[in-house]
Amino acid sequence: MGKDDTRAGPLVRRPDNSAFKQQRLPAWSPMLTASTVLPFFYLTALICMLLGVLLLLTVQSTQEIKVDYTEAGTCNICLQKRKNVTNGALPCSCTVVFSVEKAFRGNVFFYYGLRNFHQNLRRYMDSRDDAQTVGRAGNLKNPSTYCEPFRKDKNGLPIAPCGAVANSIFNDSFSLVYHGSTGGFVPVPLLRNGVTWYTDKNIKFRNPQKENLTLAQVFEGTAPPPYWQKPAYALDPSDSTNNGFINDDLIVWMREAAFPNFKKLYGVLFRANKPFTKGLPVGNYSIHINYNFPVQHFQGRKEVVLTTLTWFGGQNHFLAIAYLVTSSVTLLIAVGLTVVWWKFGRNGKNMEK
Amino acid sequence: LNNAIKTSKYNIFTFLPLNLFEQFRRLANAYFLFLFCLQLIPQISSLSWFTTMVPLILVLAITAVKDASDDINRHNSDKQVNNRKVEVLLDGELRNEKWMTVQVGDIIKLENNQFVTADLLLLSSSEPLNLVYVETPPNNRLDKFKGALTVNQNTFSLDNDKLLLRGCTLRNTEWCFGLVIFGGPDTKLMQNSGKTTFKRTSIDHLMNVLVLSIFGFLASMCSALAIGNAVWEVKDGSTFTVFLPREKGANAALTSFLTFWSYVIVLNTVVPISLYVSVEIIRLGNSFFINWDRKMYYPKNDTPAQARTTTLNEELGQIKYIFSDKTGTLTQNIMAFNKCSINGKAYGKYFSCIFSFLQKTQRVDFSWNQLADPKFIFHDFSLVETVREGNQEANAFFRLLALCHTVMPEEKKEGELFYQAQSPDEGALVTAARNFGFVFRSRTPETITVVEMGQHVTYELLAVLDFNNVRKRMSVIVRGPDGKITLYCKGADTILYERLESSCAKLMNITTRHLNEYAGDGLRTLVLAYKDLDERYMKEWKQRHHLASIAMDGREEQLDELYEEIEKDLVLLGATAVEDKLQDGVPQTIEQLAKADIKIWVLTGDKQETAENIGYSCNMLREEMKEIFVVQRNRLSSRAVLACFGWRRKRLCRMRQTACMCQTVICCRVTPLQKAQVVQLVKKYKQAITLAIGDGANDVSMIKAAHIGVGISGQEGMQAVLSSDFSFGQFRYLQRLLLVHGRWSYLRMCKFLQYFFYKNFTFTFVHFWYAFFCGFSAQTVYDEWFITLYNLVYTALPVLGLSIFDQDVNDRWSFQYPQLYAPGQLNQYFNKKAFVRCMMHSCYSSIILFFIPWAAMYDTVRDDGKDIADYQSFALLAQTCLIIVVSAQLCLDTHYWTAVNQFFVWGSLAAYFAVTFTMYSNGMFLIFTSIFPFIGTARNSLNQPNVWLTILLASLLCILPVVAFRFIVIQLRPTINDKVRENMRKNQSIDWAFLNCCRSPAHNQGFFKFPPSGRSAERSFLLTCHPVRQEDTHSNEKYMHVHAHAETDGNTHTVCLYIHTHIA
Repeated sequence: MGKDDTRAGPLVRRPDNSAFKQQRLPAWSPMLTASTVLPFFYLTALICMLLGVLLLLTVQSTQEIKVDYTEAGTCNICLQKRKNVTNGALPCSCTVVFSVEKAFRGNVFFYYGLRNFHQNLRRYMDSRDDAQTVGRAGNLKNPSTYCEPFRKDKNGLPIAPCGAVANSIFNDSFSLVYHGSTGGFVPVPLLRNGVTWYTDKNIKFRNPQKENLTLAQVFEGTAPPPYWQKPAYALDPSDSTNNGFINDDLIVWMREAAFPNFKKLYGVLFRANKPFTKGLPVGNYSIHINYNFPVQHFQGRKEVVLTTLTWFGGQNHFLAIAYLVTSSVTLLIAVGLTVVWWKFGRNGKNMEK
Repeated sequence: LNNAIKTSKYNIFTFLPLNLFEQFRRLANAYFLFLFCLQLIPQISSLSWFTTMVPLILVLAITAVKDASDDINRHNSDKQVNNRKVEVLLDGELRNEKWMTVQVGDIIKLENNQFVTADLLLLSSSEPLNLVYVETPPNNRLDKFKGALTVNQNTFSLDNDKLLLRGCTLRNTEWCFGLVIFGGPDTKLMQNSGKTTFKRTSIDHLMNVLVLSIFGFLASMCSALAIGNAVWEVKDGSTFTVFLPREKGANAALTSFLTFWSYVIVLNTVVPISLYVSVEIIRLGNSFFINWDRKMYYPKNDTPAQARTTTLNEELGQIKYIFSDKTGTLTQNIMAFNKCSINGKAYGKYFSCIFSFLQKTQRVDFSWNQLADPKFIFHDFSLVETVREGNQEANAFFRLLALCHTVMPEEKKEGELFYQAQSPDEGALVTAARNFGFVFRSRTPETITVVEMGQHVTYELLAVLDFNNVRKRMSVIVRGPDGKITLYCKGADTILYERLESSCAKLMNITTRHLNEYAGDGLRTLVLAYKDLDERYMKEWKQRHHLASIAMDGREEQLDELYEEIEKDLVLLGATAVEDKLQDGVPQTIEQLAKADIKIWVLTGDKQETAENIGYSCNMLREEMKEIFVVQRNRLSSRAVLACFGWRRKRLCRMRQTACMCQTVICCRVTPLQKAQVVQLVKKYKQAITLAIGDGANDVSMIKAAHIGVGISGQEGMQAVLSSDFSFGQFRYLQRLLLVHGRWSYLRMCKFLQYFFYKNFTFTFVHFWYAFFCGFSAQTVYDEWFITLYNLVYTALPVLGLSIFDQDVNDRWSFQYPQLYAPGQLNQYFNKKAFVRCMMHSCYSSIILFFIPWAAMYDTVRDDGKDIADYQSFALLAQTCLIIVVSAQLCLDTHYWTAVNQFFVWGSLAAYFAVTFTMYSNGMFLIFTSIFPFIGTARNSLNQPNVWLTILLASLLCILPVVAFRFIVIQLRPTINDKVRENMRKNQSIDWAFLNCCRSPAHNQGFFKFPPSGRSAERSFLLTCHPVRQEDTHSNEKYMHVHAHAETDGNTHTVCLYIHTHIA
C-alpha cells in the first residue's frame, strides 16, 4: 500500500485502527422479538381494519351504472350490419334505454368501455410514433417504421397519425337523453373536453406548426388512417382547437390500456343547468349511439359507464375488501403468533443451548 | 537471446479485441451478447437494445478497467525491470547497460544489494573463497540444475550451488562476476511463474449449477408462454387481425416461435448478469477486511494478515478439516538445544518455557568461553564438566555438531559470531557446539575452521552428502589436521539405526530409551554417528563421486548410490534433543476449533512420540479421550519409500473411515508428498472443505492441494506464504480467520445470493403473470428504463452493503460460541433447497406484486375521472411496488444496520424516485421523444391516494408472512444464531465496567476499561475461553472469570481477567 511506504518504524504495516476497517462501525441490530413483532401485527391489523372501513364507506358512497350496449335494444341491428365488412362505411345508429334508480350526486362521468380488446399487445403498442404526434414536421411526412403496416397508405402517402393504435380508434359516439318526469326529453349536456391528462394534451401531443398555414394545409400530403372516416384535422368540426393530434378522443385512445377490459373517459356531465345541477336525477335515460366500432370479430363487448367519483376514484371495491381481509388475516396470525410465543417462546426454554 | 521479459498480456491495440474475447468466453457475458443479437431482429425484439446493452457494457467496462489496470501495472513493472542498469563486461571494460540488452554469454558484475539480473554462473566474488550470499527468491522449484563446463577439455560439473538465479538479491557481498546462462523468459524464475491453478469455491460450483438450471427454467417458462401464445393466436389473435394485421407470412406457429425468443429477452433477468461481478466485489471487500484486521497483525515481525487469493473467502466459513504442519506452525520454530545423550549418558534437564524465567540462577555459566553465545541457555553443569575434562565421545559429539551442517558464519567484528542457518534446528545445534567449546568459526568450499577449546583447527572438507527429505540425514567427510579422514553423519534415528555398526547394539538400546524420553517431552531428536575412513578407499570414492557428479544422466541416482555405499557401518555417538516451543495461544485455538467441530489433523515429519506429546500439550489429545488409535507403520528403509506409498495409500483407504471419525488425527513421519496425498484423500472421500496450514517449503504441496492454503510467515522463508491463499504471522490467528472472517464471509455470501436471486426472480415472474393478460405478446410490465436500471442502480448498492457489512453476531460472540460455525460446514445457509425456497418465495411475491395492482387498478380511475388503468401508469405502479417490496425484504435480511446500509437503502429508493421523475419529465420527452415515452406518468399517478394504498397493501402482503414465519421459527426452533443473538441482546444491558486484571504470577493489578461499544484503545482483548460465572455471595454482584489474551503493542500476555459486572 502506497501510504505505508511513507511511514517508518517497527509497526509500519500495522492496519489502521478505524471502526470501518476493524468492522466495528456502530450499528443497530434489530431482532424479531415478541415485544416488537406482536405489537406490529396487532397494529397492522388495526390500521388495515380502519383503512378497509374507510375505503368501503368511500366506495359505497359512489354510484355506478354499466350499460352493455353491444347488442342491447336496437343495437342488435347495427351489430349484424357491422359483421359484414362491406357495410363498414354505412352509418348505423341505435338507442339503448336504462333507468337510474337513485340520483347521482355530484360530478358524473361518462365512460365508454371495451371488453376483450387488447390494447396491450406488444406489436400494437409499439405501432405509434410519438415524434409524429408531438408535431415534428419530419415525422409527419415520414413516420417511424414502428407504425408498420399503417405507415403509408396504398398511394404511398404518409398516414397521420400513423400506426395501429391511432387507426383502431374507438369511433362510436354517444348522446345521452333524460326522460324528464314531465314526459319531455331533455338532452343531457356532456363536457367533451378536459378528459385527458394535462401533460398529454399540452406536451405529449402537439400539432405540427407551419407559419401562416391552417391545420388542413399542414396535414396536406398525408392520409388519414385507413379506418378513419375523417382526416385528423377535421375530427371536431365544432371546436377548431380540438383537431389534429390534440383531439381529446384521440389522446384518450392513444393512452393504451394495461388490460384487455378497460373504460375510457368520454365526457363529464355539464351541471350548469337544471335538472342536472346536482347530478343525474332519478328517471329513465336513453343513449343514442352512432354504432361504428366493430367488436364481433374478437368477441368483444361495448359498454357505457356512468359513475360518480370520490377522492379514491371510481367504484372499485377491491382495495376496501382486500384491506378488510388482510386485517382479519393479520389479526388471526397475530393471535396465532401470540399463542406460539406464550406456549414456547416466553420462558426462553428454546433459547437455551 | 536477450534478457528482456514480458509479463503483460496486452498492448494498446490488442487490448480491446483480446480482452473482449476473453470476457465473452464467460457464459453469462456470451449469453448477453446473444441476447443483444436477438434484440436486433425486429420481429423478436421485445425490449429496446439498451436494456441488455447498458448492463452488459457496464459489466464489461468494470472488468476491462480492472484488467487494464492490472496490465498497466505489469507493463510498468516490466519496463522498470527491463530498464534496470547493470555493469556488463564488454571488450575488456565494464559498461552500464540496461537489463534487457544483456545477452546470454555476457559476463556481468553485480554489487551488494543488487538484484540478480539473469540466471548466472558464478565466476568470482569479493568474499573470501568466492562465497556469495543471496537472499533467495520466492520459489520452491528452483533447486535443480544440471550442467557441465568444459574448459580446455576438462569437464567440471555445474550444479545449483554454482548458480545465481534471477530474482535473488545479493547480500553481504561487495561484488561478484557472473556469466549469463539463461536470460529473460528462460530464467528459472520466469519459467516457474505464471501457471497458477485457480481454486474455485463450493459456492462457485453451486452457482454454476444454479445458473445452468436457471437457463433450463428460463427455457421452460418461455416454452410455456410460447404455447400460450400459439393458443391465443389461434383463438383470439386471428380475430384481432382487423386492428393489428400479422406480419407478412406469419401464422400462429411462426408467431409463437418468435414469441419464444421475445420472452427469452423479456425474462433474461432471471439469469443475473451482474451476479458474477457482484460476487467478485463482495469477496474483494471481505478480503480487504482480512488485510485490515489488527487482531491478525503480528507486531513482532510486522506482519499483517493477508488475503492473497481474493476469491475464496466464503469457503473459510465452511472448513471441516484442518491439516496442520507442526514445526513452525503450531510451534515457534525457534529451537533450543535442550538435552543430549552422549555415549549412553543423558544430559540436560527439561524446563518448559513457562518456568524458565524462574530458574535463572540455575543456568550454566559459559563465561569461560569467550566465543559463547550469551543467549544460549542450558541447565546441566555435568555436561560442561565432561566436555572440559576432554571426554573423547563428548568431544567427538560436539565436533560433529560443529562440522556437519550447512550453516554460514558471519563475523563482522572479531569475536562477534553470527550464524546464518537454513533451518533453525541446525542453528541450535551449531550454537550448542559453540557454547560447549567447539566454535564453528568459518568455512570455505574446501575447509572448515573450528575453534576447539580455544585452539584453531582447520579441517579439510572432502565431501558434503546433502540432506534431503528422502535421505533424512546429512554427512560430511573431513580430513583432520592429523590427516585422519572421518565421516560425520547426523540424521533421523530410523534412518541412522539401519546404518550402524553391529557393535553399537548395546549403546543403541540405551540411546533409544533416551530418544523415547525426549520424544515424550515433545523434543525433536537427531542421532549422531561417525566413521573413520581409509585414505585409499576415499581417494577411489572421490573419483567416482566426481564422475557421478558431472554425469548428465541419472546423476542423482548415481550420487545416492555412492552416498548409500559410504554411509554404512557407522559408530553411534549419541543423540540430540531440541526443543521447539509452542506458539502462543495454540492450545486455546485448537480447543476453539474443536468446539467449532473442525477436525484437526497434524501432519508432521516427527517421531510418533514427539507428535503425540505435542498433541497433548496443544490440547488436541486430552486425557478424557479414551480411544486413541495408534497406527504403527513398519520401520522402512529409505529405499522402500516408494513402495511404502502404495502400502500407505491402500492402508489409508481402509484407515480413512476410522480416521475421519476421529476428532484428531496425527500423522507422523510423513513426507511433503504424503502430506498432499492425505489432503487429497480426505478431499476426495469426505467431500469436505479442507484447509492446510503450514510455514515451510515442505508444506507447499499440501497448501496447494487443499481447498484453502494458509501460510504462516515465520522462520522458514516465504515459500509457504507465496503459494498460500491466506497468510499471517501466528497460528492462533487461524481461529479469527475462520470463526470470524470466514463465518461472516460465508454468511454474507449466502445472504447475498439468496437475496439476489429473490429480487431477480420476483422482478421477472411479474412478466410471466402479465403474459396471461397481454395475449402472450412478450409485452413487459415495467418501463424499459426500469428494466435497464433495476439491477445496476436501484438495487445494486443496498445488496452490496448487506453483503459487505452484515454480521449476525459480532466477533466476540463468534468466539464465545464456536458452534456458530457449524451451519457453514453443513452448507446450511445457501444450497439447492434454499434456492428452491427462494424461488417459491419469489413466486409468491410476484403474484402479490402483479395481482394486487391489477385488481386494484383495472376498473378504476383517477379522482378526477381520468385514466389511471393505462399501461404506463400500471407499469409505474408495478415497478414502484416491486422496488419497495425488495427494499423491505432487504431490510428484513439485514442484521447489522450501519450508517452505510441506511444510506444505501434510502439513497437507492430516493434515486429511484428521482430518476423516475427525471425520465418522465417534459424535458426528457421533448429531447429524446421516442426513448422516454412515459412523460407525465409519475406526476399523474403518484399523486393518487389509491396508488399509494395499493403499494402499501402489496408491501404488507409481501412482508407480513415473512416476518410471521421467521418469528415462529425463532420461537419454535431457534437456530444457534438466533440463540446467540438473543443472548447477546440480553447481555448488552450488562455494564462492562471494569476488568480487574491480574497477571500471573506477580499479581500485577491493573484496571482495564472495557466499554461495550468500545472504541477505546483497550479494546484489543481476545477472549479465548468461556466465561465462568461465579456468584459473589457477599454482594449482589456476579463475577465472570475469563481467560483472555491481551495484546498490547508489541507484547502478548496471557492474562486472566475478572470481569466485574452487574448482571441484570
